[in-house]
Order: sequence, then C-alpha cells, then structure tokens
Amino acid sequence: MQQPPFLPPQPSAMLRHFGVTLDDLKKALAAALEKGADYADLFFEHSFENYLSLRDGTVNRASADVDYGVGVRAVKGDQTGYAYVESTNLDDMLNAARTASCIARSGQTRLGGEIKTDVRFPQTRILTSWEDVAVKSKIPYVQTLNDRIFALDRRISKVSVSLNDTTTYVLFCNSEGLCYADYRPMAILTAVCVMEQNGQIENGQASVSQQKGFEFLTDDLLADLAQNVVRKTAVLFDAVKPRGGEMPVVMAAGSSGILLHEAIGHAFEADFNRKNESIFSDKLGKQVCDARITVVDDGTLPYSRGAVNVDDEGVAGQKTCIVTHGVLTSYLHDRISARYYGVAPTGNGRRQSFRHAPLPRMRVTYMENGDADEQDIIAAVKNGVYVDNFTNGQVQIGAGDFTFFVKSGYLIENGKLTQPIKDINIIGNGPQALADITMVGNNCRIDAGAWTCGKNGQSMPVSQGLPSVLVKKLTVGGES
Amino acid sequence: MIEKQYMKDLAKWVMQYALEHGAQACRVSFDAGSGSEFEYRNKQLDKLQQAAENKLGVALFVRNRYGNYSTNRMDKDELKQFIKKGIETTGCLAEDPFRRLPDPSRCYKGGGGDLLLADARFDDIKADDKLALAKAAVEEACDADARIISVTAGFCDGESRHFMADSNGFEGAIQTTFYNLSASVSLKDNGDARPEAYWYDAALQWNELQKTGVGKKAFERALQKLGQRKVKPGKYAVLVDNMNVGRLLSPLMSAMYGNNLQQKNSFLLNKLNEKIVSEKLTLTDEPHIPHAFGARWFDHEGVATAKRAVIEKGILKTFFIDTYIAEKMRIEPTVGSPSVLTFDGGTKNFDQLAASLKRGIWITGFNGGNSNSTTADFSFGIEGFLIENGEITTPVSEMNITGNLLTLWNNIAEVGNDPYLKSPWRTPAVLFDDVMMS
Repeated sequence: MQQPPFLPPQPSAMLRHFGVTLDDLKKALAAALEKGADYADLFFEHSFENYLSLRDGTVNRASADVDYGVGVRAVKGDQTGYAYVESTNLDDMLNAARTASCIARSGQTRLGGEIKTDVRFPQTRILTSWEDVAVKSKIPYVQTLNDRIFALDRRISKVSVSLNDTTTYVLFCNSEGLCYADYRPMAILTAVCVMEQNGQIENGQASVSQQKGFEFLTDDLLADLAQNVVRKTAVLFDAVKPRGGEMPVVMAAGSSGILLHEAIGHAFEADFNRKNESIFSDKLGKQVCDARITVVDDGTLPYSRGAVNVDDEGVAGQKTCIVTHGVLTSYLHDRISARYYGVAPTGNGRRQSFRHAPLPRMRVTYMENGDADEQDIIAAVKNGVYVDNFTNGQVQIGAGDFTFFVKSGYLIENGKLTQPIKDINIIGNGPQALADITMVGNNCRIDAGAWTCGKNGQSMPVSQGLPSVLVKKLTVGGES
Repeated sequence: MIEKQYMKDLAKWVMQYALEHGAQACRVSFDAGSGSEFEYRNKQLDKLQQAAENKLGVALFVRNRYGNYSTNRMDKDELKQFIKKGIETTGCLAEDPFRRLPDPSRCYKGGGGDLLLADARFDDIKADDKLALAKAAVEEACDADARIISVTAGFCDGESRHFMADSNGFEGAIQTTFYNLSASVSLKDNGDARPEAYWYDAALQWNELQKTGVGKKAFERALQKLGQRKVKPGKYAVLVDNMNVGRLLSPLMSAMYGNNLQQKNSFLLNKLNEKIVSEKLTLTDEPHIPHAFGARWFDHEGVATAKRAVIEKGILKTFFIDTYIAEKMRIEPTVGSPSVLTFDGGTKNFDQLAASLKRGIWITGFNGGNSNSTTADFSFGIEGFLIENGEITTPVSEMNITGNLLTLWNNIAEVGNDPYLKSPWRTPAVLFDDVMMS
C-alpha cells in the first residue's frame, strides 16, 4: 500500500500555531503603515533544525536549534523599514511595526480591504515529515554511508558524515490582503573523506540537498554519495596545477552552473540594476551572447534545493528566462524592483529568515541545452582545461569580475582529457565570459549539491546547472 | 535588552532541570543582543532596521554521550520539553568516552577586571545622531565627481550579553558593544565597468568611532580603481595591506585547530615546535588587551585564556586544543581558539614598504579563491595596484595569485608596523617575495 503524502498546514492552522488572529495581523499591518508607507508585510517563521554527525566511525554528536519570530516590513517607494521580534505577542508585534513604519515620514496609509486566506500555492509534496522521525531511525543511514565509503578504497583514513534536516513553518500576510502558509522541508547529507597515499594526504567533500522529508534517505542516495566523495578525493593524488594564464575552459555539465551564478546571476539581480550598480544595468533587451544560449532561473523544479513554492513576499515560484536566445530578457525581481521597472515580480524576493528583509535572490539557475556532444566540445580545444568540481565562487557586481575555485578537473591537450588538475582559481569578466561561450552541450544537469549563496549578510539555499560548455578564454591560476 | 539577572537565573534553572532529568553534566549559555542599522543611498534614507534577540544553548553530557541544543523560546514549559527531548536524543547516540566538561582547575574563576568592551552610553545614543552619521558619510562623496553612479553609507551598532555556566561550577559573563560606519561608492568607468570601493570604521565605544572621512575615503578608493586591467603574468613582490593579510593568515590558523588536526585535515599535522614559516613572523595570542576586539577571559568552554606564543620566529609553538580533542588525541589541552592575535611588527609603515617596491603588486582585496587544507596549496583572485619604483602606476584586476601557503609565509620580505586594530587579528601589512600572478 502506498503511503499517503504528508499534508502541509493551511493558514488557519498556522494562525493557531503562531497564536495570532486575523485581527492581530490587521492591527500590526496598520501600525506598519501609520506613517505613510505604501506597503507592509508580516513574515512569521518557526523552524526546527536537527543535525547528526559521525566522526571516527560512530554517530556520536547531535544538535538541534529552534528559531521563532516575526519580521515586519514597511516599504515606501524603494525605501525599507524593518524590525523583528522573537515573540508573536500583539504588543511586541505592534512595537516592531511602529519601528518599521519610521521609514516613512509623512502621511498615513490605511489598510485596504480584508485579509484573504484562500490563496494556495502548490506545496512541496513529501511523504514523511522530519518532525515525525525519531533520531534512532536516522542514525543507521549516517552509519551506513560511513561504512560504504570505507569499503570503496583502502587508502581512506578518516570519514565524517553529517545529516541536517530542517522543517520551517511560514505564515505570511501583507497590506494587499494576501495571507498564506508555507511548509518548507530541507535535508542535507554531507560526507568528507580523507585519504593517504605514500605520505600524501588529500581530502574531498560531497553533499546532496533536497527539499524532501525522511524519504530523502535512500540506499541509492547513500551509494551515489559514497562513490562521489571517494572519486573526488582519489583523483587529487595524481593532480597537478596547470600553467597559469588565459586559456579555453570546458565547463562540465552540472555544478559548473557556478559559472552562471557568479558571471551573470548576481549581476542580473534587479536591486543592483535599479541602483545602476551592475555591469549589466544597460543591457536589458540587448544581445549579450550567442543566440543559441538560453538561461533560466527556475523556482518550480520539484525538490530542488533552490526551488520555492512561493517566495518570501507572496509571489509564486515560477520559471524566469533571464537570457532568451542570447538576449537579456529579464532581471530577477523582488516587489520593490518590479515596481521600479513596471513589471510583475518574478518570485525572487527571498530572505534568510524572519530577521531579514527580502532581496532579489537566485533560485535554480541553469542554461538550457544546446546541440553539441561533450566529446566534440573537448575535441575542439587544443590546450586548455576541463573543470567539474568546485568549492566556492564570488563576483564583483560593478566591475563584473567573477571567480570560482576549481577543486579538480583535467588538462585538455590536443582535444583529449589528460592529467588531472586541482586547487586553482579561475577568474573572468561576466559580460565577456558570457559572450565567449562558443559551444553548448546537449547534456544539461542540475547539480544536487548543498549550494548556499551569500549576499548582504544573508545566506540562501540555491541550485545551479549547466550543459557542458566551452568558454573560449578565462584566466586560470597556475604556478608557472 | 534582557536583564542580566534574568539570563543568569534562567540559565541556572535550565541546568538544574537537565541534571534532574538525566544529564550527568551540563553547560548552559545565554546570549542576548540588540542593535540597529541605518542606510542612506544617494541622500535618501534607504533602510532602517531594529531588533533584539535571545538564544539559549545547552550542552548535554548523558551517559558518556554528547549533544548540544539551542532555542529562542524562553517559556519554561517549552524549555522543559526541549531539554527532555535533547536528553532523549543524546541518549540514542553512540558513546563517546572523550566528551567531558573541562577540568574546573582550567576554567576562569573571575576577578579578571574590566576589559572595557562595552560602552556604558550605548542606550543613550539617539537614533537621529546615528542617522546623521550615515547621511554625512554619503554627502562627503555623492557630489564629488560626475562619474559617481551611487553612494551608499550605513551605520550599525549592537550590544550583546553572554552568560555561561557549567555543572562543575564555572560561571562567566561578557558584555560588548560595537559601532560601525561604512560607505561604498560606485563609479562609471570607460566601457561597461562600474568599479566599486568601500571604506569603514569600527569601534567598541561611540567616542572612538571615526565619524567623518569614511565616505571621502571610499570615493578616493573607487577613483583609484578606474582603468583596472591585467598586468603581465609572472612572479612579483606582493604587498598585502593590513586589512587583507587576514585572508592569507586564515588557512594557517585553521590548520592549528584541534578538530582539523584530529581529522588529519591540516597541513600542520606533526609540525609543533618545527619551523614552518619565515623567522620574521612572530605571532602571539594576547587575550587580555583592554579595549581590543576579541579580548576575553574565557573561551567557549569556560577555559581561562592566557597570553600564548603561537608562532615564534617562524616556529610553531601551539595548537588550539579543546577538552574533547585533548582527550581524544591524548595531548595537553590549550584553549579552543585564539582571542587577540598580535604580530611582532617590523620597522616600516605601509607607505615606506610601498616606497621600497621597485616593481610589485599592492593587494587591496581578494576576489574568491580557496586553499587546500592538507597541502596548503592556494589560488586566490586579487585586485590592487602595480607599483613601480615606489609609485602606483596601474590599477590591477582579474588576476590570480597561486602557490603554497607555507612557501608564501616563508617568503616574507618585511612585516609592517601598522597593526590593524579593528579586528581580533591585529595584522600588519606584509611584503612577500616571489608570488606567482596570472
């Protein structure tokens, strides 16, 4: 018999959960508007995070964190007033609302209309909520992953594994009368492996993250993650640093989506553009790369780490084409930037928690398939590098310079992959790198790793993907 | 802000409840904080934020097992359930015989005096005065040049209280305040580029905060970036200013942490008392400097901090070993992490070091990059300036420095005498020889 899916709570249940009434919400919103703000919202959040860790062969540490509170935002034009409290007591909420209201200095805006609680956003369908799972049921998976990793290679000397599950309940209400509940599960399984060979020590890390319940943990997941972390570590023993300098770079399908995230994704976030600070500020509607290239930021991919049922200001998760056949067709908007540009918000208004005001943020960013086979892309390069494993990246929005750190990859010599490479930074300039993509593969893959994006002090879960592509010139770090 | 006595009473109640319901030992911490933030952009208030928050943490030792749990729900009935669940969860774990509280003889026992980390006037500073600082910082820059796209300036401050106690009798409290004024300026360069630069000041006391000049300095730094380009790849002398040396020091410090050593995830494994870097580097942990960012009398376990040589003339003198790692590795514990890192400075200030460069790169910022924690190999994106015959000639960007951290720190040409006092790591400028740029 099939297990019935877990039913996420509705707004009425969330009102009870947070101990508030619709009348309380109206009063708090009215207070946020009382000095003339033209928009206000309340973001209630209650999260339960659990962490299990294995070191030296046994699951011997557990952690948990409970976080609860409400953030009140008042917006006047593009100005933001924000305050939060860790209580949902009406007096505390009113104090926070009055603090946020101070962003506006004149006039008084009245709350228009009734609050409607009948809006439903499609919810992530899970089978078993993490809250219903005892720690005893999770431990065997963590232990098994450790055992499987050790079984794969005799050079392994240390393994650590961690399982992180978070359940977040959200209740949202704004001055336009929209009120909804959202249920957000998130799971991360991470493995770190240390291997020793002839006195040399290397370590590698691999992770998988999905918005799933306990059904996230499967035998296949453990087997794949074990293989992955061992492969990533073992390759490092034979790896060298390439000669540094400008050269063609083949980005492998999957986590190479970091190229999109750093080279163009941040610079397409509309807050940077409405402030005219992005190197892409003047490029809307213009050809920015080869007409075969289409790039999307998609909030709708089921279970993806970066997907959203609804963003954090009441806009449905959706698929946004940011580059369509080589033309920059949309920035990534929150409500403030959408109003500035006179367009509909794109569902990119996200926040780390109730402690933060939303900002335009990426969700699942990837390039759609082209028509080239990966082998043909590699064969087109005489001397260059092929990269497929990354740890981190960064970008300077205005200058356009972006970087990503390559944990491992391969040299390409005369159209063939030869020696492994490791530990090099690659740097380029966003618009130039985009224009320099000359071949696009037919093998797009969304990476399932636990990618986390930082901006203005807020961390957000994101996903990224790419088919194999050739960038004809990037600057590769190297020693000679 | 929550009262100190309430924090202490609740923490002790939590400890008692945990001990009565199955924990054999316990450590409880209570953190309370409040703060405000104001941001101006181009003469208009862009953002204001104000908040207060609390967190209660409890580390439970249950039948040779260990777990740590935290919550911001302070209702006693909820806390009872929370503690019981923590004890139950911990009881399901595998035994870990190395987990224990630090020996009381190693813990701070009070009487250390005031480290002057908290401003008694914190609650008296008016919001309008804070707003005025951010507004003035914007005004210093926003009309300075036709190429200015945007000027943003922010003021933020915060007050935090930390109380910690354990079931072996340790009790300690810390109170700190901070103030921060920052500005960033974006300029339109030739082509599409919009270089941006920032500047800031930070202080523990309102009276010590630099209240003017931050916006002007951010503008000047942005102006210097116009025309950034790559320079010829090759080996260069590299001068890293005092705000940025921490990025190169950070992996070196990580490699001294017990957790990384025990997991063989450190390029300093088995290197204690060996010469690891240039003899020009002497690094000391000095936790008790009054008015210093990072100063403290005890670490995260309550262990008393003390002045400690970290690197002495290039020789590695300590690892950072907490109680758990000490038991597990069967070595002497030290302290969990450094507090205030000081450097033995050289004789030259930054300008003198720059003037001494015949041809080299002054690094003013890093752009991504990382390092290998077991081999010390690194590769970082950088920006800065080409210096020729002591003069800045070209703004540089879109380049990497690549090498090995131990080799890099062995190639110190000179250490500056300009410690950066706005951070717990009081790094001076450092001049390195033979760094590969590409």
